[in-house]
Amino acid sequence: MIEISHVNKWYGPSFQVLKDCTTSVAKGEVVVVCGPSGSGKSTLIKCVNALEPFQEGQIILDGIKVNDPKTDLPKLRARVGMVFQHFELFPHLRIIENLCLAQEKVLGRSHDEAVAKGDKLLERVGMKAHANKYPAELSGGQQQRVAIARALAMDPIAMLFDEPTSALDPEMISEVLDVMVDLAHEGMTMMVVTHEMGFASKVANRVIFMDKGEIVEDAQKTDFFGSPRSERAQKFLSKILSH
Amino acid sequence: MFGNLDFDVIRRSLPYLFLDGMSFTLMLTGLSALGGLIFGTLIALMRLSSYKLLGRIAGLYVDFMRSLPLVLVIFWFYFLVPYIGQWLTGASRPIRVGAFTSSLVTFIMFEAAYFSEIMRAGIQSISKGQPAAASALGLTYSQSMRYIVLPQAFRNMLPVLLTQTIVLFQDTSLVYVLSIPDFLGAASKVAQRDGRLVEMYLFAALVYFVISCLASYGVRRLQARIAIVR
Repeated sequence: MIEISHVNKWYGPSFQVLKDCTTSVAKGEVVVVCGPSGSGKSTLIKCVNALEPFQEGQIILDGIKVNDPKTDLPKLRARVGMVFQHFELFPHLRIIENLCLAQEKVLGRSHDEAVAKGDKLLERVGMKAHANKYPAELSGGQQQRVAIARALAMDPIAMLFDEPTSALDPEMISEVLDVMVDLAHEGMTMMVVTHEMGFASKVANRVIFMDKGEIVEDAQKTDFFGSPRSERAQKFLSKILSH
Repeated sequence: MFGNLDFDVIRRSLPYLFLDGMSFTLMLTGLSALGGLIFGTLIALMRLSSYKLLGRIAGLYVDFMRSLPLVLVIFWFYFLVPYIGQWLTGASRPIRVGAFTSSLVTFIMFEAAYFSEIMRAGIQSISKGQPAAASALGLTYSQSMRYIVLPQAFRNMLPVLLTQTIVLFQDTSLVYVLSIPDFLGAASKVAQRDGRLVEMYLFAALVYFVISCLASYGVRRLQARIAIVR
């Protein structure tokens, strides 16, 4: 589904954020990307739907080359959902309008169709009662659940999560993770940048460990948690699992 | 000292002052603000565009307009537009442009420079995550601007835009240099006809003062309301 091969990216002439990154996410697979901050994991996931450009290598999404200038990027992006660290709901629109806008403007669904779909998804993430509120009236956890519903409203073939729980208060993390676990169990293809190792051990198929722009480890979940091969991954795991 | 003043001249000229003068002033203010906002937004988008040349052109335009006294631009346009029109259309004589059209075009172009700076600040105040989220949903650049970025920028900047419009309302009085009977022009005509300069100019000042003050008060109220909604 997602094929990342030999991706190199530089900021400016000398600072390399991604170094020869190669990996893939198969259909129905859940891949967790972890690593210390500044390791390039967010940058990598943003390259997948071309929110970040990169200079070398290629990414193929469902058979379509992302970094081909001829690719219709808006059309391609509409097919992969993305959830951001800071939710990025549209503050001037009501919750239901947040869910309907792209359905109508991008997919060309009728307003009624979009609202019906939106209602269904809000129900699913437990936010139906808040459909007519504005994002600022919701808690962080609620906003993030709406953001997931907004992405799902586009019927995506895969979902990208960029640190979806990093900006949340601890007591709100689980309500968002629950939604994500459900999604994984339903067979959604997911690429998730997160530090939530509990989530990784529960639903991930594979875990990718990045450090300093490199993919240091790319292993099956059990191998990763059982015996990470690289020293850097061992160090990272001991740091975040020790407490 | 007010013994020989005749304030009845104001009462007698009220219909002329307001039906002719003030309606012209308000129409010029409203249309200039609207046109200035539309062109200003386009200029702001040009300045923020990733095409360097577009940004350069827009920047030059804004600097140019802001470096000229408004009176000069009004004059300039009034006397030049007929010839530019002649040159553009290839007519044999300078085309006739009414004083209203000429001053409207002037104010729109002049205000566009100021509104563009306000809109630019408004667009830049929107976090990068918003257009990113819009793109991630598949919206194109223009859809993202139209539905996500500009509505928020406009809302954030509304108080500043309205304050600028109040300044514009006062600035429209400069069209008196073209002998156009806007509110001040009308007052001035009556003043000179009846030899009642003190009364008429006092009254004109009072009217500008009251309208601008009320409008400023309205803007402050609005600002407080917007602050709550956010």
